Amino acid sequence: MTGNIATNSTLLVVGGGISGMTAALEAAECGKEVVLVEKLPTLGGRTAHLYRYFPKMCHPTCGLEINLRRLKGNRRVRVLTMTEVVAVDGERGDYRVTLKIAPRYVKDNCTACGDCAEAISSEIANVYEYGLARTKAAYLPHVMAYPQRYVLDPSIIGTAEAEQAKAACKVGAIDLGMAEETVQLNVGSVIWATGWRPYDAARIQPYGYGRYRNVITSLEFERLADPRGPTGGKLLRPSDGREAKNIAFIQCAGSRDENHLRHCSRICCMASLKQTQYVGEAYPDGSGKSTIYYIDIRAIDRFEDFYQNVQADPGVSFIKSKVASIVEDKDGNPVLHGVDTEGYHRYATTHDLVVLAVGMEPEANSIRLPDSILTDSSGFIENSADGGMFGAGAAASPLDVNRAVQSATAAALRAIQVIHKTAATESTA
Amino acid sequence: MSEMKTAAYICTGCGIGDKIDAGTLEKIAAKEGKMALVKRHEFLCGAAGVQMIRDDIDQEGVTHVMLAGCSRRAKSEAFDFPATATTRANLREGVLWVVAEGGEHDEIRQEMADDYVRMACAELKKMKVPAGNPATANNKRILVVGGGFSGMTAALAAADAGYQAVIVEKSGQLGGWAARTWKRVPAAMPYAEPQETGVAELIDRIVSHPKISVHLNATVAETRGAPGRFAVDVATESGAAHSEEVGAIIQASGFTPYDIARLPELGGGAPNVVDHAGLEALAIAADGGAIKRSDGAEVKSVVFVQCAGQRDDSGAHLPYCSGHCCATSIKQAMYFKNANPDVDTVVIYQDLRVPGMGEDFYRSAQNKGVIFTKGKATAVKAAGNGLRVDFRDLILDEDAAVEADLVVLATGQVANSGVDIELPDEDPAKAQKVSILNLAYRQGKDLPILKHGFNDSHFICFPYETRRTGIYASGPVRRPMDMQQAGEDAVGAALKAIQAVENASLGRAAHPRSGDLSFPNVRLEGCTQCKRCTVECPFGAIDEDEKRFPVFNESRCRRCGTCMGACPVRVISFENYNVDTVGSQIKCLDMPDEFSEKPRILILACENDAYPALDMAGLQRHVYSAFVRAIPVRCLGSVNMVWITDALNSGWDGIMLMGCKKGDDYQCHFVKGSEMAHYRMSKVDDTLQQLGLENERVVTHEVAITDNARCARLINDYVAQIMAIGLSPMKGFG
Repeated sequence: MTGNIATNSTLLVVGGGISGMTAALEAAECGKEVVLVEKLPTLGGRTAHLYRYFPKMCHPTCGLEINLRRLKGNRRVRVLTMTEVVAVDGERGDYRVTLKIAPRYVKDNCTACGDCAEAISSEIANVYEYGLARTKAAYLPHVMAYPQRYVLDPSIIGTAEAEQAKAACKVGAIDLGMAEETVQLNVGSVIWATGWRPYDAARIQPYGYGRYRNVITSLEFERLADPRGPTGGKLLRPSDGREAKNIAFIQCAGSRDENHLRHCSRICCMASLKQTQYVGEAYPDGSGKSTIYYIDIRAIDRFEDFYQNVQADPGVSFIKSKVASIVEDKDGNPVLHGVDTEGYHRYATTHDLVVLAVGMEPEANSIRLPDSILTDSSGFIENSADGGMFGAGAAASPLDVNRAVQSATAAALRAIQVIHKTAATESTA
Repeated sequence: MSEMKTAAYICTGCGIGDKIDAGTLEKIAAKEGKMALVKRHEFLCGAAGVQMIRDDIDQEGVTHVMLAGCSRRAKSEAFDFPATATTRANLREGVLWVVAEGGEHDEIRQEMADDYVRMACAELKKMKVPAGNPATANNKRILVVGGGFSGMTAALAAADAGYQAVIVEKSGQLGGWAARTWKRVPAAMPYAEPQETGVAELIDRIVSHPKISVHLNATVAETRGAPGRFAVDVATESGAAHSEEVGAIIQASGFTPYDIARLPELGGGAPNVVDHAGLEALAIAADGGAIKRSDGAEVKSVVFVQCAGQRDDSGAHLPYCSGHCCATSIKQAMYFKNANPDVDTVVIYQDLRVPGMGEDFYRSAQNKGVIFTKGKATAVKAAGNGLRVDFRDLILDEDAAVEADLVVLATGQVANSGVDIELPDEDPAKAQKVSILNLAYRQGKDLPILKHGFNDSHFICFPYETRRTGIYASGPVRRPMDMQQAGEDAVGAALKAIQAVENASLGRAAHPRSGDLSFPNVRLEGCTQCKRCTVECPFGAIDEDEKRFPVFNESRCRRCGTCMGACPVRVISFENYNVDTVGSQIKCLDMPDEFSEKPRILILACENDAYPALDMAGLQRHVYSAFVRAIPVRCLGSVNMVWITDALNSGWDGIMLMGCKKGDDYQCHFVKGSEMAHYRMSKVDDTLQQLGLENERVVTHEVAITDNARCARLINDYVAQIMAIGLSPMKGFG
């Protein structure tokens, strides 16, 4: 990867989640040259961690497989993982972008045979499982990781373990001397598809996330429900590994709150409604119970059907209340306190497990965007001052997957418009 | 095309060579597979291995390459030989990683690997590199049906990218509902006040844009052709007809507000009860001043009834939520408050649905003194000079009432989606509806309609993928939505239309087999005009000529092969995927005899989900029986019955078909392919009976991509079941 392969007819997409992959592929399938950069070692983004999508209860990895196949078959997209954008100079139609590529310590001739992981014993928190499991320090990020290549965690570099991993690799794919690289590219337009991250639940102090082990986030719950996840799909609560049967879902955990996220994150109501169905799936005898504590159920447009079906589910009940606080009883059970606003009565209800439907915070809040990018009060990207850079997907607004893909498709065309105008200007010049 | 020269490359890396005897594989590839060149390499995907293959292609004239090593899903970048027919024998994910460890499994592991090499060689010899369709279609203009906000935005988006656009609008002016809206919900910081719609400027840009032409008072009388070569007859009110040649179509036919006359209990049809559109008209008339009723009286109090005729579970009204109405009522309440803060504005709602930054707009309304009451309106009646709204207060759980000068019913959006092509012709519901596109397609005049009357699609990951290639629905015709979303949607639809014309001009398939240059060939002299292909194609790609022969429209085709699966006389084929490429694999096995206790189970697995699921079973080392042999298929819909009968006649002991979920929540990437396969297989019992075989010998499963452990379990259970009923008596007759 050198500076001269990209030109001002090239489009840069920052972020390799479903929005970034979509923007890159849609543009490439219109004949454009695209560079797709991703900070992590694999493409796939947040959706690759989800067990199922609402409302069809289908699997995100199904769409990921198709997108990866589109990518493998398209020579117009160059993928750079473990790469971050450190600077964007220039202007609409002619940007100079500086990228920083972190060392993977594994070259592209890795065959993903797994010998390096076999050879070592060091373990690290499994990021894919949101830390609910551990993985070897030489690892394939997950079963659908792309590129399908192992990564060596920096923590073992310089240790005997790293040397053992290197010695175990029969094809010489491990390069312990790999160092951070900086490269520059010329591009015509930039799509920021940097996505979202879960709001830090520990900051919602009264809910005790981080203090009470049986208070978890909705993202962690996805991993518990997934048969490929750390518990093999069993809803085991973290404190004692007991099956959680009486589960509370707390809506707007961080969202719609001027002390935390002032916006509504849109997806959380549907995500919790979906997750109540995981509870039903886990306990086919009907012994699982879900309670949703909510302000408004925002099952917007065609999702209403799904809400109505969940309302008809005898295993699910709804309490209109913003939960005031959670305390833990002597058995480690979370006890929820608050006022049910339908009838105004106080409750103190014990559950086995609490799932916080955490809000979407723009991931861009954790990176330094170019100064010309305009964001709203929550940090979502509105546009750029020169009209040459665009937000896409959850970087632009808290969106569900369907809308994020629409947004990314639209962003791809806006970027193409910039490139076509640049080309037109140059040909007349 | 030059002569075929085959080559087999056997990789011994990743431990393959430790457990599988490559020498045996080489012999099989040379003697049985009749590969002209056979080579072994210890690291085939490495630079030296790939160079060896490239050299053979360049210097030895190799045209066909069989790679025995890892799965087709792995290392595809390394094994990229564009002008060469390539197939993979999956020894790593498909054998090494799934067959149990231990010496007692060495023999059956080797047999499995041997068979995969036989099968890959057999397939390879039947493959051709797709030459592409020489008759590509090059029209790159884009037709937009509907000149409302969605349609105008789409046309401008395409034109600003350099493509010509044509708008056909049935009314006498552009703008649609947006032009009859005083102000819009804000789409930018600080999300506090209604903002200008911008529609007048949009219309100016359309009218003055050199790449956009507009037909007003016009409808589409007929649409013929395919992406890259649509011919569209445009009928105008004056009777004049034009024909437009276009490459792709965006259907932005919008919505109709739900008729408030159908809500008499909520005062629909009574004086001083309006819907959102009615209130916009009053606001435009007031132009920032006090809003007056139709009788001229200034409105001092107004009640907004949310979800009027929506979210209805009785079956009488719309079952869905229209998404925009909460924000629209907030905006309209602000019209009153901004003109006169003393006007009482009450919004009666069940759930207030203002996602994203809509929350700030909601806060702004609360700050202006708009009252929000959680309740459900039960009746709106005349009271004095005004109205009384009876409602159930859902907080206090008691009946309540509020009086107002004016009541606004927040009714929903009904899609202008044309005729439902799945209803029988004589159906009166269909007769009442007017077609939007008037497609001269075998399968009907309009885009297929999904739940609640909205057009395709309901793929989550691929929202634009309709079942009519090159025709994209945009805006509220496909999902209820506000202007903000309609704008995004329209730009996305414009991209898809541009992509469709670019694909058509290169003869390439659209999603999900993007870039595929193969297309169905039909040997018409063998065709019996049974029409199964024309009926079963999920994309309406095949028409019939006057003699009822199928007419294939390649640029409409998505290359799933459902037509090939449907054809009883097997005259439909792709250059690199046909009855022979799979059939020859089924027939090439070294079939153990009936008394060997070694059953052979054929798996026909959808390459989109089931085959990757099997692959990942390997990656996770879920052990399954070495008696199965899996063949990936483009879609379960492409499975031709002859493969089943050939397999049974060749002595296979059981057949497992693995495809995607069918039905309303389909996960089939070709929408109907899996459903067609299930339907066809429901009739396989007759075939089995004729052969004197048990029903259990053919089974069909829905398999999701995550079903890795489950796939292994299904296989192992099935092998046990086949062992219990005994091996097939058909061996040796094939």
